[in-house]
Amino acid sequence: MDAVFKALCDPSRRKLLDLLYTHNGQTLGELCEHLTMTRQAVSKHLAVLEAANLVIPLWQGREKLHYLNPAPLQEIYDRWLSKYDRPQLDALSQLKQTLEGNPQETNHE
Amino acid sequence: MSKPTFVYVTYIATTLEQLWDAITSDSFTKQYLGEGELQSDWQVGSPIEQVNSEGESERKGEVVRSEPLHELSYTFQFFDHTQPARVRFLLAPSGTGIKLTVIHDCLEAQSYLSFSPRWTMRLSLLKQLLELEPALELVA
Repeated sequence: MDAVFKALCDPSRRKLLDLLYTHNGQTLGELCEHLTMTRQAVSKHLAVLEAANLVIPLWQGREKLHYLNPAPLQEIYDRWLSKYDRPQLDALSQLKQTLEGNPQETNHE
Repeated sequence: MSKPTFVYVTYIATTLEQLWDAITSDSFTKQYLGEGELQSDWQVGSPIEQVNSEGESERKGEVVRSEPLHELSYTFQFFDHTQPARVRFLLAPSGTGIKLTVIHDCLEAQSYLSFSPRWTMRLSLLKQLLELEPALELVA
């Protein structure tokens, strides 16, 4: 679980997860198109995410595709959130999103 | 072959035998869709049937690959979608436990969206069951 939190403790890596969440199974090249970082930097960040089991690399022919693996996040959910009522948390989250405007930006930055 | 729709990986402190038994068990396959357990002899080419609450069974898919303790793959018709999905379970020893990889192919975007949250939940539950994690203690 330490590796998961360490991996999440970086805005660029969270951005990469956002990109995969929006469009799963992307190549390094596709991910680079949306980022201002060098290819090497993106590659390094992906390696950290892979080590934390948050990103799964899968070879499709000669292409290496990257998939967001939500299983470790579910474990975090199970540990600290599962006893709380889902509808109430959803309602609070919706309230925040509505009041703050752009949900993506506010949640992720 | 189309690009997989999603890939899940989880590490479970268990044995290959226990995990294999679990993924082919009534209880796991029932949780899998929350509709009814899947029945099959899990041999290549065998049908996968789902039993509904009235006890009626319906053919839902077919076993594509079956290598006990290592790989299980089958097609499955989700809800009313026409295009069947292929589900692959890959089991591999890793450290003191087992690495379980679940790969879905040919899922339409919509069914993926409605199905995916449930899946992570099931996987997580499977992990807890196998590791005999005192789940109640965690949330108490």
